[in-house]
Amino acid sequence: MSAQLPALGPIFPELLVIAGALALLLLGAIRGERVAGMVDISAILILLIAAGLTVLQPGERVEIFGGSFVVDDFSRFMKVLALLGSAAALLLSIDFFRVQNIHRFEFGILVLTAAAGMMVMISARDLVMLYLGLELMSLSLYVIAAIDRDNLRSTEAGLKYLVLGGLSSGMLLYGASLIYGFTGTVGFTGIAAAAKVPSIGLVFGLVFLFAGLAFKVSAVPFHMWTPDVYEGAPTPVTAFFVAGPKVAAIALFIRVAIEAFPGIVPQWQQIIVFISIASMVLGAFAAIGQRNIKRLMAYSSIGHVGYALVGLAAGTQTGIQGVLIYMAIYVAMTLGTFACILAMRRAGGMVEEIDELAGLARTQPMVAFFLAALLFSLAGIPPLAGFFAKFYVFLAAVDAKLYALAVIGVVSSVVGAFYYLRIVKLMYMDEPAGAFLPMPNELRVVLGICGLFVIFFFLYPSPLVAAAATAAKSLF
Amino acid sequence: MTWPILSIVIFLPLVGVAFILTLRGDDEAIRNNARWAALWTTLLTFFISIFLITGFDRGIPDFQFVENHYWLGGTIRYHLGVDGISLPFVILTTALMPIAILTSFLSVSHRVKEYMIAFLVLETLMIGTFAALDIVLFYVFFEGGLIPMFLIIGIWGGKRRVYASFKFFLYTLLGSVLMLLAILAMYLHAGTTDITVLLTLGFPRGWQPWLFLAFLASFAVKLPMWPVHTWLPDAHVEAPTAGSVILAAILLKMGGYGFIRFSLPMFPAASEMFAPMMFALSVVAIVYTSLVALMQEDIKKLIAYSSVAHMGFVTMGIFTLTREGLQGGIFQMFSHGIVSGALFLCVGVVYDRVHTREIDAYGGLVNRMPLYAAAFMVFTLANVGLPGTSGFVGEFLTLLAVFKVNATVALFATLGVILSAAYALWLYRRVILGKLEKKNLMDILDLTPREMIIFAPLVVLTILFGIWPAPILDTSAASVASLVDRAHAALAAGQKAAFLMGGNP
Repeated sequence: MSAQLPALGPIFPELLVIAGALALLLLGAIRGERVAGMVDISAILILLIAAGLTVLQPGERVEIFGGSFVVDDFSRFMKVLALLGSAAALLLSIDFFRVQNIHRFEFGILVLTAAAGMMVMISARDLVMLYLGLELMSLSLYVIAAIDRDNLRSTEAGLKYLVLGGLSSGMLLYGASLIYGFTGTVGFTGIAAAAKVPSIGLVFGLVFLFAGLAFKVSAVPFHMWTPDVYEGAPTPVTAFFVAGPKVAAIALFIRVAIEAFPGIVPQWQQIIVFISIASMVLGAFAAIGQRNIKRLMAYSSIGHVGYALVGLAAGTQTGIQGVLIYMAIYVAMTLGTFACILAMRRAGGMVEEIDELAGLARTQPMVAFFLAALLFSLAGIPPLAGFFAKFYVFLAAVDAKLYALAVIGVVSSVVGAFYYLRIVKLMYMDEPAGAFLPMPNELRVVLGICGLFVIFFFLYPSPLVAAAATAAKSLF
Repeated sequence: MTWPILSIVIFLPLVGVAFILTLRGDDEAIRNNARWAALWTTLLTFFISIFLITGFDRGIPDFQFVENHYWLGGTIRYHLGVDGISLPFVILTTALMPIAILTSFLSVSHRVKEYMIAFLVLETLMIGTFAALDIVLFYVFFEGGLIPMFLIIGIWGGKRRVYASFKFFLYTLLGSVLMLLAILAMYLHAGTTDITVLLTLGFPRGWQPWLFLAFLASFAVKLPMWPVHTWLPDAHVEAPTAGSVILAAILLKMGGYGFIRFSLPMFPAASEMFAPMMFALSVVAIVYTSLVALMQEDIKKLIAYSSVAHMGFVTMGIFTLTREGLQGGIFQMFSHGIVSGALFLCVGVVYDRVHTREIDAYGGLVNRMPLYAAAFMVFTLANVGLPGTSGFVGEFLTLLAVFKVNATVALFATLGVILSAAYALWLYRRVILGKLEKKNLMDILDLTPREMIIFAPLVVLTILFGIWPAPILDTSAASVASLVDRAHAALAAGQKAAFLMGGNP
C-alpha cells in the first residue's frame, strides 16, 4: 500500500482543489450564506496555490493510473492557464454577487469542482478519464449557469445548457464507444497504435467524439447554446465560462487529436478546418448585429475558438504552440473585457446594451482606454497581444499549406474588426450616455493587469512563447 | 559604445506621451501644457534625427545606424537601420510632425491631451515603419499606425468622420492582412524575417507572383492606387487638418516605400511581369483621378484626388526598374509630402476662419490675404510641377524613365501633367483670384505669425529642392543603384535559367 502512495504526487494539485472544495462545502453547510465571501476568497487562494504547485511540479512526463492520467509540460501549461483564469473570474464575481444580493457560498465551491474537472480533462489520456473530467466540469457548469436561481434568464440558461450539454455528452460517448469498438482500447496510446489506418467505423467514432468536443468549445456548428447561455448566465459566470472551461476543452481537443489520432491526421484535419472556418466566419458576421454586449462576446468567443482551432488544424508542433499562445492571450483579453462589462452599472442596476458605453472615454477615460486596447487586441491589431496570438496560429496554417484556411481566417478577422471598432467608436466618438458607478477595486485590478499585459506584451513576449513551445513539444 | 540614435528617434515621442499622461491641473492648463509638450517632443525628435543626416555616409548603399536585438524569439528580431531610401522618409516624418502639432494649436480645442498623445504615438509608429529591418517588426509598425489614425479621424474629424474612419481602417486592414500571410510564407520559406537577408535571397519564380500580389494588396490600398483609392478622399475630407497633412505627407508614402523596399527587390521577376499592369493602373490613376479632381467642389477632396494622381507617377517610376525611375519616385514622394501637406495646411488656414471647404464659398482672397495667396501660389505651382519647384524634379525623372521603357505610357502620363495644371490653377483662380464678393470674407485676416512660422520652412523647402534637388537624390543614389543592379542581375539570372531549362527539357 505504502509503495503506491508516491504515485499520487503528480495529482497533488487536483487533490488540493477537491479537498478544498469539500472543506469549503462543509464550512458553507454549517455556517450558511454568511461565509460566502470567505468561501470565495478561500477558493481563489486554493486555485492560486494549485496553479503554483502545478508550476513547481518537476519537468518530466509522468503517467499514473495505468497511463490514463498524464502530467507533462502541456498539461502544466493548460492547467495553470485554466486555474488562473478561473481564479480571476471568481475575483470578478465577488462584488457582482454582493451587489445583486445573490451571494451564495455554492458558487466558489462549484468553481472549484469545475476546476478539478478541468484539470482531469487536461491530463486525461484515455476515453474514460476524459469523460469523467468532462462531466465533473460540465455538471458544475450547469448549476453555475443557473446560480441566480430566482432569475428567469439565468435558470433558462442553465436548463438550455443542461439539455444541450447532455446531448453533446451523448454524442461524445457514442463516438467513444465506436472508437473503443474498432480499436479495442480506451487508452490514447492504444488507440494511436490501432488507428494507423482509418476504418470507416473509427472515423465515424472520431466524428462523434469531435462533435461532442466542438460543443464544449462552442465551435460552429455546435455553437447554438453559446449566445443564449452567455447572455442569460450572470456576467461573472459568463466570464468564467470563457476563462476556464473553454481552455480545458481546447486542451482536451488538442490532446485527443494529437495523441490518440496521430496516424489519421488527414481524416480529422478536414473536420477541424471546416469547423474552424465556420466558427471564424459565423463569429465575425453574427456579432455585427448584436446589441447586447454579452451576446456579442459570445459570438466573439465563437470566432476566437475558430482562430485557435486554425493552429490545431495545422496539426503540427508550431500549430499547437500557436493554439496555446492564442488561448493564453485570449483569456487575458476576455477577462479584461468582462471586468469592463461588470463595471457597466448605473444607479438602476447593471446594463448590458452596447449603446450604454457611449462616451465612456469622457466619463471614465482610463477604463475606456484599457477597454479600447483590449478591443483592438481582440481584433488582432499590432502591436497589441492579440496580433501575436493570430500571428502564431496563421504561421502554422501557412506552414501546413492550409492557404484557404489562412486567407478566409484573416479576411474574417477584418470583418470581426468592424464590430470591435464599433464599440471603440461608441466610447470615443459618441456623446456620453451618463457615467457608470465607480469601478470596484477587484475589477480595476483585473482590468489593469489584463490591459497592461495586452498593451506591453510586445516588449517581452518570449516567456510565453517559450513556455508554449515547451508545452507543445511534450505532445510530439 | 555608440548611441542607438534610431531607437531614440523612434521612441522619444513615447516619452512625450508619458510626460503628457502625467499632466495634472485644471483643464486649460492641461490643454496648454499638452500642446507645448507635444511640440517640444517633436522638435527634439527632429533635432536628434538631424544626427542621422550628418552621420549618414552617402557612398554606402547598405543599411546604417543598424541596431539588432533579441525580440520575439527565433529569427524575429528587433532590427533597425536606414539606407538612402528610407532616410528621406524618416526625416520627412520628423520634420513634418512639429508642423502638424503647431497647426493643431488652435484648431483643436477639445480633448487636446488625447489628440497630442495620438499624434505622438503615430509618429513613433511611422518612423518605426521606415526604419524597421525585420519584416514582422515592419508589419507591427505599419499596421499599428491604423489605431491612432482611426482615432484622429474619428474623434476630431468632420461631419462624416465615423464613416470615414471606419472606411479608412477596414480598407487598409483588409489589404494588410493579405500581406501578413505573404510575410508568413516568406518567413517559412527563408527561415528568417531579416529584411537584409530577404533582399538577397531570391524567391522561387513560381511564388513571386503570389507574394507580389499579396504585398500589392496592402501597398496599393495604402498608397493608394486606382481603383482602391476611394477611402482616401473620404478620410482626407473628414480628418482634421493635421491629420490630413500627416496622412497625405507620410502615411501614403508607406505604400510607395513598401514597393521599393519589398516588392521590387524581393520579387523582381514578378515586378517585371506585372509592370505593364502597374503602368496601366498608374496611368489610369494619373488621368482619371485628375479628371475627377477637376470636378470637385470641396477643396480638400480636390487635393486628395490630386494626391492619387501624383502617386500614380510614383508607381509608374518605380516599376520602370531604372535608377531614374526609382529616384524620381522617391523624390516625388518626398516632394509630394511637403507640397500636399502644405496644401492641406492652406485649406486648414481658411477653414479655421470660414469653416467651410466649399470652393464656391471663397473667391478673391488675394485682396485680403496677400501673404496667404503667395504661399498658396508656391504650393499650387509645385503641385502642377512647374520647373523650379520640387514637384518638377520627381515628375520629370519619372517621365524620363518611363519614356525610355514605354513611350505610350509616358504620353498618357504627360497628359496628366497638363490636367494637373488645369485643376490646380483653376482651383487657385476660384479661391484666391477674382473680386472679393462674399460678405463673410470681407473681414478675413491674413496669416498669423504662427501660421507664417508653419509655412515659411515649407515654402523654402519647396523652392530649394526645386532648384537644388541634390541632397535627396544624392542620399538615395547609392542605395537605389545597388537595388536596381541587384534586381536586374536577378532577372538576368532568371532568364538564363529559363533559357537553360528550355534548352535542356
